[in-house]
Amino acid sequence: MALAKRIIPCLDVEDGRVVKGVNFIDIRDAGDPVEIAIRYNEQGADELCFLDITASHEGRDTTVQTVERIAEHVFIPLTVGGGIRSVDDIRTMLNAGADKVSINTAAIHSPELVRESAERFGSQCIIVAIDAKRVNDVEGQPRWEMFTHGGRKPTGIDAVAWAVRMAELGAGEILLTSMDRDGTKNGFELGVTRAITDAVDIPVIASGGVGTLDHFVDGVIQGGADAVLAASIFHFGEYTVPQAKAYMAEHGIEVR
Amino acid sequence: MTGIVAVIDYGMGNLHSVASALEHVGASDVVVTHDADMIRQADRVVFPGVGGIRDCMSEIRRLKCDELLTQALTQQGVPVLAICVGLQALMSHSEENEGVDCLGTIPGEVRYFGSPLTDAEGARLKVPHMGWNEVRQTVAHPLWAGIPDMTRFYFVHSYYAHAWDRSLVAGSVQYGVSADAALARDNLFAVQFHPEKSAAAGLRLLKNFLEWNGQC
Repeated sequence: MALAKRIIPCLDVEDGRVVKGVNFIDIRDAGDPVEIAIRYNEQGADELCFLDITASHEGRDTTVQTVERIAEHVFIPLTVGGGIRSVDDIRTMLNAGADKVSINTAAIHSPELVRESAERFGSQCIIVAIDAKRVNDVEGQPRWEMFTHGGRKPTGIDAVAWAVRMAELGAGEILLTSMDRDGTKNGFELGVTRAITDAVDIPVIASGGVGTLDHFVDGVIQGGADAVLAASIFHFGEYTVPQAKAYMAEHGIEVR
Repeated sequence: MTGIVAVIDYGMGNLHSVASALEHVGASDVVVTHDADMIRQADRVVFPGVGGIRDCMSEIRRLKCDELLTQALTQQGVPVLAICVGLQALMSHSEENEGVDCLGTIPGEVRYFGSPLTDAEGARLKVPHMGWNEVRQTVAHPLWAGIPDMTRFYFVHSYYAHAWDRSLVAGSVQYGVSADAALARDNLFAVQFHPEKSAAAGLRLLKNFLEWNGQC
């Protein structure tokens, strides 16, 4: 009897459409975020995450409308990330129906944004996204550094220390993505996952690299993650959310 | 006919999710408002809340939502559903924000989960309590109709309510401590979790609320 570990499918959205689509059987429109959100809800997803990769201003207005439509149809928590730069951006997304926003680069440029938005809207809706990459120290011991621009630009900031600082500023949750593993299907980077889950009191979502159901189990048991986020493993029909949950349950993990 | 459902809006966060969920389960006339006349005409009242308790309480008092709520509970006698910080605002006092006096509708306190927080086996628990946890239904109640005991609902909170009169507890949740997940008295039902974010189980509870006559 305990809090369930969460499974969070993540969709990339551009100009209101799901990028690359989703390969579900008998889906009418593989690019429609609302239809896909309904499907994942029916599968028993615990939350949904939408990453807005839209560049244009007009496209972002479309994203707001998309969030509104999803919130009218799907009654599980919804996180929106990507391009969140200001308190106004956060308010817009929350008013549209997002339950949480994920702040990434903006937190690096302005850590005060995390404090201000947590005070204004509550910590529960402020997720700080950390894109970490392994960089060994002078003795060859592993450490992890914050990167921006899709893992291309180092910041010199230690990822574990950053997570601690973000929690102190009022972040309610950390979304940790290993840039070494993202898209590889080799599993989560467990070292940094464990280091951050041990270092902070707030929940940590592990992301980046899921290729098999064992990776979910490893992320929770070895990495200590409170939730696991994945994209392609679900989108292309390799596994369903119920299959992932059944496998985690077989390995002694509480799931819903 | 579910009549007019008034969702009390005191300016703290988005209430569209609550309104959408109510409409989804059949409410034909949902108004999100702090207008006294509209709330007086309502057949049901929802008292939600997100954010810090100090700001919530100051807005509740400034907009006189406390009086409207009392009126709904007594003179109007309509079914009232409080959600999350709405539940916490009903208690006597909260530890949050260095201590805040609340409405005292339900005598009791709101406490911090504590840090470090551990479960019975000594494993560390994260705060906020965020995610799907099992609710033990401690009394039979029309709002639990069709929802199996120990069903999981979605929670997100760092503070939890503890009613002094334990006969008012309708549901409890274990997270390092035993927290009050639902409180019930007469025509009032209050939940710490978010039914509007708890998928099928939450929608069923909202449907039950729309069909409830306010009697236990």
